Amino acid sequence: MSLAPSKRRPTLAGSRVLRRARRAARHLPHYLALTALAILTVYPFWWTLVTALSTSGDVYSFPPRLWPTEPGLQNFVEVFQTIKLVLFYKNSILISAASVVGTLLICSLAAYPLATMQFPGRKLVFGAIVATLILPAEINFLVNFITIAKLQLADTLAGVVLPGLAGAVGIFLMKQAFEAVPRDLIDAARIDGANEWQIFWRVMLPLTKPALGALAILTLVSAWNQYIWPAVVLTSPDKFPLSVGVSYLAGTFGSKTSVVAAGAVLTVLPILIVFLFTQRFFLRGFEGAVK
Amino acid sequence: MAKSRRSTLSAYLFLAPAIVLLLVFAFWPVGFGSYIAFTHYNVIEPPQWVGLDNFRELFADELFLSALRNSALYLLVVPAIQVLAILLAVLVNNNLPGIRFFRAAYYLPVVTTVSVIGVIWNFMYTDAGALNATLRWLHLINEPIGFLSDDRIALFAVMFVTIWRGLGWYMVLYLAGLQSISAEVYEAAILDGANAWQRFWRITVPLLLPTILLCSIMSMLAATKAFEEVQIMTQGGPFQSTFTALYYAYEFGIKTLNFGRALAASLVVSSLCMALAWLNFRYLQPK
Repeated sequence: MSLAPSKRRPTLAGSRVLRRARRAARHLPHYLALTALAILTVYPFWWTLVTALSTSGDVYSFPPRLWPTEPGLQNFVEVFQTIKLVLFYKNSILISAASVVGTLLICSLAAYPLATMQFPGRKLVFGAIVATLILPAEINFLVNFITIAKLQLADTLAGVVLPGLAGAVGIFLMKQAFEAVPRDLIDAARIDGANEWQIFWRVMLPLTKPALGALAILTLVSAWNQYIWPAVVLTSPDKFPLSVGVSYLAGTFGSKTSVVAAGAVLTVLPILIVFLFTQRFFLRGFEGAVK
Repeated sequence: MAKSRRSTLSAYLFLAPAIVLLLVFAFWPVGFGSYIAFTHYNVIEPPQWVGLDNFRELFADELFLSALRNSALYLLVVPAIQVLAILLAVLVNNNLPGIRFFRAAYYLPVVTTVSVIGVIWNFMYTDAGALNATLRWLHLINEPIGFLSDDRIALFAVMFVTIWRGLGWYMVLYLAGLQSISAEVYEAAILDGANAWQRFWRITVPLLLPTILLCSIMSMLAATKAFEEVQIMTQGGPFQSTFTALYYAYEFGIKTLNFGRALAASLVVSSLCMALAWLNFRYLQPK
């Protein structure tokens, strides 16, 4: 080894910095492509944020600007002053919380017997649940509107939340999670005299926390973001969630672009924060859900 | 015997809430909706059987026919999404520093509510908006393009938003597909002297075929049912150039309470969706 010391001498060419730079240079085309596509997806968001933070009167500029002019939070204040934003936040949180709790409960309840019990009609029930994935859902939307009206649930939060609770994807996800729990554990609990409810609540649910977490995030994002259905069910503005409220804002303030932009930013922000903190888990949860 | 009957009962008790909800909000709509398509129904009076009248009216309505043409044109987003989403997935399928930032950046539109997407793209598309400003700055155009106000362009502008919105979702599916291909296959190919291009076409694409099938079916169904973007950005205009088949159903159902006509239109859309899915399975499934 020591016979060739010149090769080991820390020359500039062998330095870590340069090696790293070389590695980056080798990947330069890769990064260029990544960046070009990121500009395509991120720029519209960036532009909205910049517009929301600009307090100068002119919204559109040439060339398109990349930084706010006269930055300030005035537009956000104006959003709070003109629409009942706090109320919309409250409604969004209520709808999302009810959807998450209801979905986790109903889907795991349904998944438990499908995963662990043998009973007549099991295959038929499971087949019917899977079939809802194939059924043409675009009919649902119109008839559910009639059903919700007939059930006296129009213009209520229950009307917004109920139709989505028993999702086949959620049931499927929880069924797989329950099936991964060793059978011995369930049998041991039965021998100890636990009834089915106790096994479900005390043994199974705590053991499937990762799956519950993934389903919770999936449900949270779709409940927070749903727009058409609440817009159809709800008629009084006091019950609107943010997603509907922001288009209401765009309707009344169409010309005041910077205020509408601020409203858009305030709508996306909470879910964006959730997404950034749970990103890893999130993308994996989706992969789990589709496999 | 008594024990097994009791356990059957408890199984169905666990299943009951889900079964009730699915019956009311998933099975009933399909059954009742298919029936309503053959009636005159405005919610207030009981439905009146009219046979194929709704369908006859539908196919005599120039607006519905152009909505069907627009929905067919909308299928152009399918190949665009596959090409771009595979490209994104291949680009982010490694552990280069900063790759998680890029994955998040591409996924961002997926976690954004459609009403905000509508607001954002209405800004991007206006005459003085960022897109026209950029094109003018690059000296590609002199006069602003009326992305949403020109009836020859509006549909394509809406389609672009659909692509933009869906890319991240399909990227994740393709990423899952890519990660199930074992590294050994690539290593063997490198030993045999295959370059990156050959590896992509001879290994990645063939082994990704099941994912490509799944993603094309999903995006095809989504394109046939395109509706939210239209509702939030153009409401079918200008000059009804962005009416899609399902927007037509929304217009006649929710807005004018002509549920017979609306459900006939959705039944046509559903049949087209099922036909497309069947064709996909029939001809694209890897043997």
